[in-house]
Amino acid sequence: MFSATSQGNFSVDESGYYGEFGGAFIPEMLYPNVEELREKYLSIIAQEAFQKEFYELLRQYVGRPTPLYKAEGLSARYGAKIYLKREDLCHTGAHKINNTIGQILLAKALGKNKIIAETGAGQHGVATATVCALMGMECIVYMGKHDTERQKPNVERMRILGTTVVPVTSGSQTLKDATNEAMRHWISHPVDTHYIIGSVVGPHPYPDMVARFQSVISEEIKVQLLKEEGTENPHKVIACVGGGSNAAGAFYHYLDAPEVELIAVEAAGKGVNSGYSAATTALGKPGILHGSRTLLMQTEDGQVVEPYSISAGLDYPGIGPVHAHLFASGRGKFYAVTDEDAMQAGVMLSRTEGIIPAIETAHAIAVLNQLELSSDEIVVINLSGRGDKDLQTYIDWGKY
Amino acid sequence: MQTLLDNRINRLLADKSQNKLSIYFTAGFPALNDTRTILMALQEAGADMVEIGIPFSDPVADGPTIQASNQKALENGMTLRLLFEQLEGIREGVDMPLILMGYLNPVVQFGMEAFCKEAARVGIDGLIIPDLPLAEYERQYKGLFESYGLKFICLITPQTSEARIRQIDALSDSFIYMVSSAATTGAKQGVSNEQIQYFERVNAMNLRNPKVVGFGISDADSFRTVGQYAEGAIIGSAFIRMLESSTSLKADILRFIQSIKVNSSNL
Ligand SMILES: Cc1ncc(COP(=O)(O)O)c(C=O)c1O
Repeated sequence: MFSATSQGNFSVDESGYYGEFGGAFIPEMLYPNVEELREKYLSIIAQEAFQKEFYELLRQYVGRPTPLYKAEGLSARYGAKIYLKREDLCHTGAHKINNTIGQILLAKALGKNKIIAETGAGQHGVATATVCALMGMECIVYMGKHDTERQKPNVERMRILGTTVVPVTSGSQTLKDATNEAMRHWISHPVDTHYIIGSVVGPHPYPDMVARFQSVISEEIKVQLLKEEGTENPHKVIACVGGGSNAAGAFYHYLDAPEVELIAVEAAGKGVNSGYSAATTALGKPGILHGSRTLLMQTEDGQVVEPYSISAGLDYPGIGPVHAHLFASGRGKFYAVTDEDAMQAGVMLSRTEGIIPAIETAHAIAVLNQLELSSDEIVVINLSGRGDKDLQTYIDWGKY
Repeated sequence: MQTLLDNRINRLLADKSQNKLSIYFTAGFPALNDTRTILMALQEAGADMVEIGIPFSDPVADGPTIQASNQKALENGMTLRLLFEQLEGIREGVDMPLILMGYLNPVVQFGMEAFCKEAARVGIDGLIIPDLPLAEYERQYKGLFESYGLKFICLITPQTSEARIRQIDALSDSFIYMVSSAATTGAKQGVSNEQIQYFERVNAMNLRNPKVVGFGISDADSFRTVGQYAEGAIIGSAFIRMLESSTSLKADILRFIQSIKVNSSNL
């Protein structure tokens, strides 16, 4: 359950910072909207009626709790007790809907009737289009043109759901540019519109708000693991990081349990030093983008670098400020996985467990090859999404 | 606090005899080394104030025209370091107030103190950093900007509350940048009744700072209209569009500025 108070060293402070990262670096045009959110979000989500509706929708509509599945094949292969948190079984196929359910209820409470969102892989776009259809709200989703091409099924899903998808042609035509365009739309429509950001990025309070909605993931893991293993705490929790929302949710209730190792997996693309990568912690330095101070891939002159990953959902030059803080403080361990290793892990998981993962998620699976595991170790991997949307990418890759 | 006439911006706006025209352009556009040519031409043509844009890869408050000029300037190889080189000695030929306008990240990577030092050295009068919010400015940079004599210029919009406008007025001592509508740069043509009500509402507050209107001002008509409610106006996207198609910067800039100043002072 959400509480109005912050807990421990890794949650956001009064002024919207995680250590030296975070804040709300927004143009004045967005100040009234972001300030309204900041003032009200904690009290709204703490209301009993809000929580009741949120958890009810998660249960009946999303299909929560999602299973914590003991993956025997994977466990045998890697010599550890490996559990998969099955966010791929959520309605719409990924964890993203946990956040959009929360934010659509918040938008309603704020009296907004129009919704905008950015999307990379299209999972957040679909999850937003879905809750807008459910609640009868008008919805526009900005998506980089490049992403509309590599995630075509999701574009059509959004359209079927009644959402207007706007292909963005600026910059690298991926997630960063879609986010720019969504912010511009919000600047131009400040009164009736709520912007549902899809990850733990953006100005305060977005990173904290999205993390709270996603925290249901680790809330459930604790209960489920206790039943399976007699302990709430695994040795390791693993998640992929684009902006970092599925990781933030999977880590949330373990942040202040130092015995639980938090492993974040970024996209190395064609290799961390190839010039085609999205491994932000390896390549970035502190900078300001999309409203927060965080680690950012940039040139010496402070221009944002166009990232690259085969996975649209990880193709972002920054990470959420909470992850920048986990990295800088050493609380989180960050790894990078190449396109090739991720694709192979995706096929491996398909054949070992009968689960075709999203390519984002496949990065989290692939990191198993980089870890030293022992047979009594309990490892939870957040299986953030399913691979239906990525079929064309699997087909084009072809090595199966 | 320093006296109100200590800076070129203050001196310019203290003269209320006519509506002041400020021009925005992106440094490094259309060609990398056009900065000085454009500034000299603006001075000769009779522009009153200039905002020099520092290009950024992700200008979220800007519409398509200025986005494209930012992208082109970066492709041309524009950097902040180079801009300061181009502005070296600019005060020998230019006495209009000069303002640097840019997003926070390039400035922070340059180093805020180094940036202020260079800006002051080449003769910059003020700074507009749209994504540096008031609270962070006060907490981190106010003392620094003041120590280099650089005015920090804040934006207000139709959605800015009266209390916040008062707060911004108290913290400002050059002018208030009144964003004309809820929009990114370059969005609209003409001035609506709704905008006029907003201008009148702000006017009635009797702020101590002058106001300059920007975003969507594109021609003599809109310049003249907003001039009834403010000390001046800023033209950006329309100027950039002119530069884009110009074959002779000097002559075209002269024509552009005159078309606005002459046509608006006739009435
Ligand atoms: C299945 C899946 N996992 C992970 C991500 C990455 O986002 P985040 O890092 O916010 O979890 C995405 C984004 O589109 C996704 O679709």
